[in-house]
Amino acid sequence: MPEVRSPILELQGITKSFGGVEALRGVDFALHPGEIHGLVGENGAGKSTLMKIIAGVHTEFSGRFLIDGAETHFRSARDAHAAGIAMVHQELSVAPDLTVAENVFLGNQPTNALGLVQWRRMAREAGEQLARFGIDVDPMSRLGDLPIGLQQLIEIARVLFSGARIVILDEPTSALSPPEVERLFATLRRLREQGTSIVFISHFIEDILLVSDTVTVFRNGRKVAETASSATSKGALIEAMIGRGGEALEHSYSDDLMLPQPSASRVVLKVDQLSLSRSLKDISFEARAGEVLGIYGFMGCGQQELSRILFGKLKPDAGTLLVDGTPKTFASTAAARRAGVALVPESRRDMLFHQEPVYKNISISILDRISALLLKPAQERDIAKRQVEQLQIRPPAVGLDLGMLSGGNQQKVALAKWLTYPPKLLVLCEPTRGMDVGAKNDVINIVRDLRAKGLAIIVLSTEPETVLSLADRILVLKRGAMVREFRNEPVSKDRLLEAA
Amino acid sequence: MSSETALAAERRARGLAPFLRSQMRNIAPFLTLIFLSGFFAFASPSFATLDNLGNILTQVSVTGIIAVGLTFVILCAEIDLSIASIANVTGIAVAYFTLQESYVNIANIPLPGAVAIILSILLCALLGLVNALGLTVIGIPSFIMTLAMMQIAAGISALLVRGQIAYKVPSLITTLGSGSIGGIPWIVIVAAIMLLGGHLVLTYTRFGRYVYMVGGNREAAEYSGLNVKLILGAVMVISAVCSGIGGMLGVAHFGSAQQNEFDTYLLDSIAAVVVGGTSLFGGRGGIGNTIVGLFVLGVLNNGLDHVNIDSFLKILIRGLILLAALVINVYAQRLRERTAE
Repeated sequence: MPEVRSPILELQGITKSFGGVEALRGVDFALHPGEIHGLVGENGAGKSTLMKIIAGVHTEFSGRFLIDGAETHFRSARDAHAAGIAMVHQELSVAPDLTVAENVFLGNQPTNALGLVQWRRMAREAGEQLARFGIDVDPMSRLGDLPIGLQQLIEIARVLFSGARIVILDEPTSALSPPEVERLFATLRRLREQGTSIVFISHFIEDILLVSDTVTVFRNGRKVAETASSATSKGALIEAMIGRGGEALEHSYSDDLMLPQPSASRVVLKVDQLSLSRSLKDISFEARAGEVLGIYGFMGCGQQELSRILFGKLKPDAGTLLVDGTPKTFASTAAARRAGVALVPESRRDMLFHQEPVYKNISISILDRISALLLKPAQERDIAKRQVEQLQIRPPAVGLDLGMLSGGNQQKVALAKWLTYPPKLLVLCEPTRGMDVGAKNDVINIVRDLRAKGLAIIVLSTEPETVLSLADRILVLKRGAMVREFRNEPVSKDRLLEAA
Repeated sequence: MSSETALAAERRARGLAPFLRSQMRNIAPFLTLIFLSGFFAFASPSFATLDNLGNILTQVSVTGIIAVGLTFVILCAEIDLSIASIANVTGIAVAYFTLQESYVNIANIPLPGAVAIILSILLCALLGLVNALGLTVIGIPSFIMTLAMMQIAAGISALLVRGQIAYKVPSLITTLGSGSIGGIPWIVIVAAIMLLGGHLVLTYTRFGRYVYMVGGNREAAEYSGLNVKLILGAVMVISAVCSGIGGMLGVAHFGSAQQNEFDTYLLDSIAAVVVGGTSLFGGRGGIGNTIVGLFVLGVLNNGLDHVNIDSFLKILIRGLILLAALVINVYAQRLRERTAE
């Protein structure tokens, strides 16, 4: 058992804050040789921050940091690497235009005496390494041509075989298919037997329970539980993650929330058997007028792709979309807009013009309604002023460049651009992410108003609170498939987490 | 709220220094123009005369006509390298469709003047459309697509004239290219009208707004439900047609139509737009900037003649001025982004 050996890595009383906000508060953490240590917690609970401290990405923090019992302070990720610590980040960081072999050996290609790359040796060794991992690909093929899951496996393989003593995996399974996950776990177990220590972060609690020896639970920047995996259960972990009964954040969402009777109003959008390569499998659902449909799932579950298909930015491989009963295949986002679909993507940067004044940001989507040929700036400003008043955008000056507004107000502008001539279907991705409580409530009220006006609204989020606070009906997406629908029944954060 | 008070509010909200920083792309070219004019006026008595102003205006006219369309393209954060070739082939085409003197040894097709002009404009519009389709439908980056078009247009030119020189163009083109009215050359008037037209389209029409928005943030334009490909395609056609008009008038202005006649106009037009302060990253600048840029180049080219400088050194100096303008362009963009965030 790990307890008998001294820890390879030990952190004591780690505190880290970003601009006055404490992301970690006095966290202790120990990792033993040959241990797989699972980390769970909600988004923003502090897991990734802690791992970035260990990997030398964040270098400013308070607390003690010991490796092999000796106090250490990394000044960069390079220092951490030299100490045998390697991390696979949540976002894929591969070089898609290089070959598989070059990616496996990124940064330390084998060279001969002249400093020339030994291609044949590199290809052979890369092939051998990947074969040990159960990956059968031509090492000389271009990485970007492979499916995303395979790319992710190759990136993980590179880190696992880099000779690191401590390997940190942040959400490694989100893009993997079940057999790929199995292969990954088999490899992790084999590395554990060789003495490598592994930290495993995942939203998929079953995965954590399956593969890790110890589980640590984070909540709100604190470590709230540490237990042997064999001594806990999914339910107990979820409870620890969201803190049932005590010190609730804004509201306690662990209490059951009763979803209303399903609406019998007009079907605005019907999605049938929608599929997109590895991202979505046979998705079917309906969105009705005057109803907010919530779609919940973990990062990488296919939400983003789904929203892009609805707005004509991605083309599905199979399946049909019906808007008001008419089949549609959107050739462009302009076609989707004309059909009455509007999208607010999760990233404000993607949909707003930061160097343009607020009124131009609001009017851009409706210009064709107010002017055939010549612009009518006075009318644009009037429309913008009305929206700014209604949505209480601060400061209320429509001539200011958008970039000078706060994030919450920018999000309201993103909504405002669709509201002068409301669409039939409004698709909102992460509508309250990164907002303070006041702005969140404002957005929630705006969405409820729109629902009352008879819009069909789809809210996609990876945050259970967002879906729970807005939706009348909730669909759960898991690895690209629709796994559960909540309607006319009690629902809570832990039930959502259980389903996903 | 009028735009003045909005500007004033913006200035108050930011303070004067950041405001000036955000306006640097407009201020720097203007200061350059004043500095160069002052320098040449001081260095040569023949520079600052009304006659010479007329010279400068005439000298920048063809560049100005071509630069109108190029301004649209660069505002969209694209580039058109085929402008000079398209100007050349259009000028050659209009001569090809005109009856030449008997000593001109070209197997051409003489047509009535109006038909010749219309066919030539159709030709350049068609070449622009090919650029547009390559860029939007196939997805070839504009840099490469228009590089290919540069060669294609040059090839068509070569086939039409086969190394010969044609002289005659329709009389309307002759008048507009080399005639004058009340002492003002027609070509200056045409350039002024086209620049004004370009400015009005960019500032006061819906299409103009779309051009700025697509250039400012293409992703956001798409998420706002704009037909980005249609807008990009349109600016490529506009650029080709402006180049074609410049080419036809240029041929009349020079008095002949031949291969490689417009080669220097590629660099000059790009330089005029960029020196004027229109952002290479799109979304910032406009015809006003292009006009200042045209004058900077015009004054520089003309003034260097007046101060009797080694004509080989002239080329180097132009290159250095262009480099300086590029540095300012990129730097101004960075300043602007920093102020916006």
